[in-house]
Amino acid sequence: MNKIPLFLVLLVMTLPAEARDTIRIVGSSTVYPFATVVAETFGRADNGFKTPIIESTGSGGGLKLFCSGKGPSTPDVTNASRRIKKSEISLCAGNGINDIIEHKIGFDGIVVANSNNGPSFNISRKDLYLALAAKVPCGMQDEVTCINESATWKDVNSSLPDIKIEVYGPPPTSGTRDAFVELALGGGCNAIPWIKAFKKKDKSSWKKLCYTIREDGRYIETGENDNLIIQKLVSNPNAMGIFGFSFLDQNTDSVKGAVVDGISPTFETIASGDYKVSRSLFFYVKKDHIGSIPGIREYMAEFMSENAIGDEGYLLDNGLIPMPKAMRAKFQKDSKSLANIQY
Amino acid sequence: MSNIVQRNKSEKRFQFYGLLAVGLAIFLLLVLLLKIFSTGFSAFNQTYLGVKIQIEKGENLSELDARSTLRENLRNMFPEAKSRSDKKNLYSLFSPGAYIEFEEMLEAYDGDVIDGYYYFLASDDLDMYFKGTVTRQGNSAGRIKPSQMKFVDEFVKMNLIELQFNRYLLGSADSRNPEMAGILGAIYGSLFAILIAFVTSFPLGVLTAIYLEKLTKQNAFSDLIETNINNLAAVPSIVFGLLGLAIFLNFFELPRSASLVGGLTLGLMTLPTIVIASRSAIKSVPPSIEEASIGLGSSKVQTIFNFTLPLAMPGILTGTIIGIARAIGETAPLLMIGMVAFIVDIPQGPLDASTALPVQIFLWQDSPERAFVERTSAAIIVLLIFLFLLNITAVYLRKKLEKKW
Repeated sequence: MNKIPLFLVLLVMTLPAEARDTIRIVGSSTVYPFATVVAETFGRADNGFKTPIIESTGSGGGLKLFCSGKGPSTPDVTNASRRIKKSEISLCAGNGINDIIEHKIGFDGIVVANSNNGPSFNISRKDLYLALAAKVPCGMQDEVTCINESATWKDVNSSLPDIKIEVYGPPPTSGTRDAFVELALGGGCNAIPWIKAFKKKDKSSWKKLCYTIREDGRYIETGENDNLIIQKLVSNPNAMGIFGFSFLDQNTDSVKGAVVDGISPTFETIASGDYKVSRSLFFYVKKDHIGSIPGIREYMAEFMSENAIGDEGYLLDNGLIPMPKAMRAKFQKDSKSLANIQY
Repeated sequence: MSNIVQRNKSEKRFQFYGLLAVGLAIFLLLVLLLKIFSTGFSAFNQTYLGVKIQIEKGENLSELDARSTLRENLRNMFPEAKSRSDKKNLYSLFSPGAYIEFEEMLEAYDGDVIDGYYYFLASDDLDMYFKGTVTRQGNSAGRIKPSQMKFVDEFVKMNLIELQFNRYLLGSADSRNPEMAGILGAIYGSLFAILIAFVTSFPLGVLTAIYLEKLTKQNAFSDLIETNINNLAAVPSIVFGLLGLAIFLNFFELPRSASLVGGLTLGLMTLPTIVIASRSAIKSVPPSIEEASIGLGSSKVQTIFNFTLPLAMPGILTGTIIGIARAIGETAPLLMIGMVAFIVDIPQGPLDASTALPVQIFLWQDSPERAFVERTSAAIIVLLIFLFLLNITAVYLRKKLEKKW
């Protein structure tokens, strides 16, 4: 009688593994809203291909799965909200994946926003660094750093409003956080001459100084959920929040983006590169899978088409910021010719 | 020794604390439910725009291009929209689903002349404005710009904008257009997964319990197993996801994202709960009944299947349903086996890629589109109804199978 459970388990296990006719995509949660729209359009078009399946695993997790090997049990495409790293390329190569096609799809701005009922902020990246970093220069002359004790925005810069520093933002596991720290805090660091000079001497200590966010409760980690941050901002007009531009675009009736370095975050300023806190979005394709999994080339073509990522493309409705035309043309050409990634 | 007055007082106080605790719990639950229902209720309706459709005799309706015909009729309603951007603004008030609806209408239409007002699905931005979720500021409302608002005002003036039942929400799978997104795919995924979890874990769990309780001797080995089962019941669910990934996907190479794998993983997770519940149910069957059965000549196995198990069944089923209800609400283990994914096709069987209800909620609450907020709450309402039905079944089964002795 007690052999029945064992038998049941074995019975279930002998079901055949299916050959795959659907494209499998993994990767960044930032690219997910765009990739899913393309996938849906691709699936709905009368081309005989199934709608690709897209998992939101984060950029790092996606590349790890992507580089884990070849064959139908591994993903064909991975999305990333940053460029692939050297270490990841060698991980891929170690598992026999030598041909990767890189696609840049556009930009995503990161905004610092607050409630429409709160004061308007006109802030520099240096202010953001001085307000949010764990360690900041003690005085402007001596090259020493102290623990950041600024309590109000006015402490940081006398032209800013006299309200408590209270910033809701993503946790360290988030790609948005990585990008914000690198672009805003790193950029702010470089506005202080001696720290900038210090970067050449000792890059890892420079990173530690510039990329570490204070942990005394002024910066509040809110999980990887931008909608939650917006709700917090609405209920607390004095708080600021950090999230992607597409969320600002959807919620202009309740929150407004701060002007950073004199530029306010709009579609146009991010596209032109004037708004500095913005990053590029990518997806990577495993060349070996083209031909064995149906539809990959057509999916690439759909994603890279002017219809999707062009100046009037449908992804713009979802908050994607298009690249300049020349850059677009280069990646469209590379995609068509299946050119290998240049690193 | 305190006197009687004091003791009575302390008893009163204790009763009051108990009442307070219950009251607070009910209050918090009501707040939660109220918030979910008030947010989610509006998602069961959605905004439709009326278009005057005029198609003359002589056209073969099913051969017309739905997209361009609908746009042409729209332009006839608003002859003032001449520039390219004006036309674009006008079209953008409609969902891509409007063209699909029109195509279906043309295919099903009897007769050869259409003349009248027909309603088509509006875009999510307009939906949010019309429902009052996004407030109007001057001539714009959220993503609706003044150049679009002038058309919206026209529609309002002509009384051609109305709320209809949201047939997409319960009738389709995921979509990136909130107005066309539904949870039917997720409901199927959950049903398949739960069925598989039940089919695998219930017999396994009950037989394990019988073996441990009735067929083996109490020794170091059975103690070890017992401790391990109790520990397993407390293991975080993500660990079972990792186990599912290692065993079902990597070793047995079952298809990723399939509800079969999800069901097996959830089954593993539910197993310890079922074993523990079944053991205590079996233990509570009076030994006199079993002894009588043995005394009348039944074998041990006959006694178990004829007397112990039927009498223990209400307890076993209650434990199983509580375990399964927990499994229905899980996302974490499904993350590891690829069920947290954007899947547009409704799964036809347990081997097809699918999501599950809590996964759909998780994915929607993270979407930038405003219209997903209310749809998230609506999906939660459906999940709550699911759980409510399961618990009702548990109570019913217990009442029905309960035997007095």
